[in-house]
Amino acid sequence: MISHIRTMWLVFLHLFHKKATIQYPEEKIRLRPRYKGRIVLTKDPDGGERCVGCYLCAAACPVDCIALQATEDEHGRRYPEFFRINFSRCIFCGYCEEACPTYAIQLIPDFEMAEFKRQNLVFEKEDLLIDSQGKYPGYNFYKAAGVNIGVKEKGAGDQEERPVDIHDLLP
Amino acid sequence: MPTIYIDNKPYEVKAGKNLLETCLTLGLDLPYFCWHPALGSVGACRQCAITLFKDKEDTQGRIVMSCMEPVKEGACISVSNATAKAFRGQVIEWLMTNHPHDCPVCDEGGCCHLQDMTVMTGHNYRRYQYKKRTYLNQYLGPLLNHEMNRCIQCYRCVRFYKDYAGGEDLNVFAAHHHVYFGREKDGILQSPFSGNLVEVCPTGVFTDKTLKQHYTRKWDLTAAPSVCQHCSLGCNTTAGERYGKIRSITNRYNGAVNGYFLCDRGRFGYEFVNDENRITQPLIRNRVPEAVDEQSLMDHLKLLLTQSRTLIGIGSSRASVESNFALRQLVGSENFYQGVSLDEAALGKLIASILQSGAVHTPSLKEMEQADAVLVLGEDIWNTAPIMALSVRQAVMNSAAANALQQTSIAGWHDAAVRELVQDNKGFLANAGLTASPLDDISTCTLHATPHDIAVMGFAIAHAIHPGLPEVPQLNNELAAKAAQIAKALQQAKRPLIISGPSCYNEAMIKAAFDIAGALNTGERKAMLSYVLPACNSMTLAMMQAPSFEKSIDRINDNTVVIILEQDLYRSIPPAKANAFFNRCKNLIVLDSLHNGTTEKAQVLIPAATMAEADGTLINNEGRAQRYYQVFVPTTGMVKESWKWFWQMRSLQTSSGNGLELHPNDWLTKLEKTLPQFNGISRVSYPPEFRIHGQAIPREPHRYSGRTAMLANLAVSEPKPLQDNDSPLSFTMEGYPNRPPASLIPFFWAPGWNSIQSVNKYQQETGGALSGGDPGIRLLEQKTGTPTAYFTDIPEALPAPRNKWLLLPAYHIFGSDELSAYSAAIRELCPEPYIGLSTQDTAELGITDGKNITLVAEGEEYTYPLKIQEHLCNGIVLLPAGLPGMPALTWGSWATIAPSLKNNAV
Repeated sequence: MISHIRTMWLVFLHLFHKKATIQYPEEKIRLRPRYKGRIVLTKDPDGGERCVGCYLCAAACPVDCIALQATEDEHGRRYPEFFRINFSRCIFCGYCEEACPTYAIQLIPDFEMAEFKRQNLVFEKEDLLIDSQGKYPGYNFYKAAGVNIGVKEKGAGDQEERPVDIHDLLP
Repeated sequence: MPTIYIDNKPYEVKAGKNLLETCLTLGLDLPYFCWHPALGSVGACRQCAITLFKDKEDTQGRIVMSCMEPVKEGACISVSNATAKAFRGQVIEWLMTNHPHDCPVCDEGGCCHLQDMTVMTGHNYRRYQYKKRTYLNQYLGPLLNHEMNRCIQCYRCVRFYKDYAGGEDLNVFAAHHHVYFGREKDGILQSPFSGNLVEVCPTGVFTDKTLKQHYTRKWDLTAAPSVCQHCSLGCNTTAGERYGKIRSITNRYNGAVNGYFLCDRGRFGYEFVNDENRITQPLIRNRVPEAVDEQSLMDHLKLLLTQSRTLIGIGSSRASVESNFALRQLVGSENFYQGVSLDEAALGKLIASILQSGAVHTPSLKEMEQADAVLVLGEDIWNTAPIMALSVRQAVMNSAAANALQQTSIAGWHDAAVRELVQDNKGFLANAGLTASPLDDISTCTLHATPHDIAVMGFAIAHAIHPGLPEVPQLNNELAAKAAQIAKALQQAKRPLIISGPSCYNEAMIKAAFDIAGALNTGERKAMLSYVLPACNSMTLAMMQAPSFEKSIDRINDNTVVIILEQDLYRSIPPAKANAFFNRCKNLIVLDSLHNGTTEKAQVLIPAATMAEADGTLINNEGRAQRYYQVFVPTTGMVKESWKWFWQMRSLQTSSGNGLELHPNDWLTKLEKTLPQFNGISRVSYPPEFRIHGQAIPREPHRYSGRTAMLANLAVSEPKPLQDNDSPLSFTMEGYPNRPPASLIPFFWAPGWNSIQSVNKYQQETGGALSGGDPGIRLLEQKTGTPTAYFTDIPEALPAPRNKWLLLPAYHIFGSDELSAYSAAIRELCPEPYIGLSTQDTAELGITDGKNITLVAEGEEYTYPLKIQEHLCNGIVLLPAGLPGMPALTWGSWATIAPSLKNNAV
């Protein structure tokens, strides 16, 4: 009995609290930058595609809703030939972002992607790729990697020595 | 068996092994790099450190390299001891100081031994703050990609390439922490076994360039156990598919057949499956539209097959046992032929009858490696059966090592020490061939002679071993001396091996090889006799005794229906003869997977599945039946296994279409009943309803990605998973998660072992047979101790016709095989057509190297540039066999040669 009265009293007190409910969509909620919403593919500071088609996001995805195919340009730079996310399966867990070694795939604070047709929730690369670095500015994977794919010469990276001269006998 | 204590637990282990092998055999996870089960130990990488205690009371112990330490009775070791663990962690941390930040773009990632070992030792954060060493890469040809930055200096590549495979153009350069593994300068790697570097290299220095064109991680491949289709040895492979295309072929360990290695033709020759030239729709010619659906095809076939016409079936040496047998059942045994020339069919029949007689033992490739004297009689095994050449090389090296080790107590796995001891000594190999072969470098006795001379020498050897056999009359001195030398060496051996084959189109040579092996087969000496065959399933047709289709020509009239199975007849007989054959065929049904000259002539063309889309069985040159499994179901077109098509046709004939389908195993059971020589073949695989704890065996790893997105562009609702009614494998990632039986291993993977090195988890002992026995059923076993009859018909020396040359094929590892030449990378390595003559013949003809000359054989003219063959004997003209775009020739016939009048203006 006491418990019932207490509950009613608490509910009554809520009349005087600040309202948590907002009038969406007239009023928008402010989402933090790290909110895990729609997935995008970003570009590096030099405007190149960040995704290198390593398949780690696809492997990390618990619902297997990411499919891609890696290919290479004439310099050997690897990028996805197609990159498909089936958002009708996506659970916005953010594992893909965690797995991504190049900061390419990022979850952004946008959740407004309702569709009447499920098929429209299948996003291809052209729907995913944005012209921005997203949350992690300044990183270009190919500058840190050892391969030469036209971004930097062998040995020209910050953390690299000049290529070994194999004819050199000096210690 | 000695008992050793690992972390205070007693284990019974095999004597004579090292501790690393032993630990791996026991299932313990111990990281290593430089050791490889086929290459032995050198103790270079310091990664497999363990603690060895003096006795049970010792708690301090000392660090030793487990790969360099032999098993000793009562030895106490610790793998998980803190000191050893810290040591291994430090070693890998050092190795990683220079390893580039490449994994996302490295093709090795996901099947990388270095990744696995790094995770295994627990090294996860980089503490080293300084710069990384870099190297420039080299161009190594169309097969391999070089990325030297990733090297961890384990030396496995050069140990495989130089020491194991005998390659000369890959080496280690420079000194200290600058060592560089590569060629002297950019260029194509010359060894036909270079592809194995992809698997031998523990990291991504050497990666598969053909995979790079359509890169897929190992965890994303739908894979199935397959068998190589590109020569008669039947090496086991794993074929991986993604998005309806075959992406890569990797080695599938079979302790008795290919072991750890494949040749480049087998590894890179898979792209015919993805070729644009594939036949995907049934065609009925001379009607509009030609492409028809299955119902119209069946209606048409019903008319063709049921109007009491004679059916002629031409079996194929590159189609499965099931397909050939289904065709034989459809047309009747008396109407079943094979699509090879008369000569080739006769040679195949001879070889099969010799091996079926059971008088001598025909060895597996593993047994060949144990041979202590080898005689190669006329077969260019380097090009017709490359992995056999690799096995012969091991036999030569192993017997030299065994000789050297008799004086010392060093164990055989001490690779560097054994090589030091052996120096340049070699075991006995006698290589008799038409012209030079890379095997000549390691052979004790080399002979370059005509097929007749080689055969005669063979008979002379047989006579020298067994004086009861007829003597060769008028043997020239050189041959007599060689025969005596070879006979002596073979008699001293305990496990002599004789190899021959049909590539010289010489029957006597095959008979002589049998005589030698039979004569050697006495008492404790166990001789081995191996024949190479022209194609992956030639043995089946030879065992079925199918005659050459040339014999069927007279039987063909307007009322016959000819069914050609998966082959291009233009590759077996010259165009004029083939055209004459096709002109007689008014009703021609062809089943094939790729368009070619024969399919153009077909009235009805039916799309047949390649090895990747089919289940089937192949019988290799040792009579080992091996099943290959369907890798994927093609989404477009109507591609089906030929045996399924034949079953449908049979239902049309008998109007019994009750919907009952026959599985490969049902076909094999029927085959056993019909032809008793195939007894046992139905045990080659598990029935389709085989399950482990109620579960099928998944073709996809549990990390397979993209399931709900791969086809989402077509329809967002995922389709029902595909069913496989013909095998115990499933097309999904769901199923039995542990190790399947040896013949059903779709891919090698074990927890913590993502790379192909995980094969050690599937073996009974490291480097030994797969758990449960190596796959394959041998159909040709030795029945008697010594042969009851020998061949005594020594060919007489016929003087060569004046100004005529014996026309013989020169085989090329890249180019002579039909299907592998569809791969762009292999095609790049194919030689250009040429006419090969000896130096002396060329001088007498007065023509110069590189100039076009014309060869006339059987009334046909062929003009190609001349290539002088320094080691070729006189009186023989060699033309490359089976190159893409080159017509078939009448091998073994006499040809005339004239300097070409055309195109010589250069």
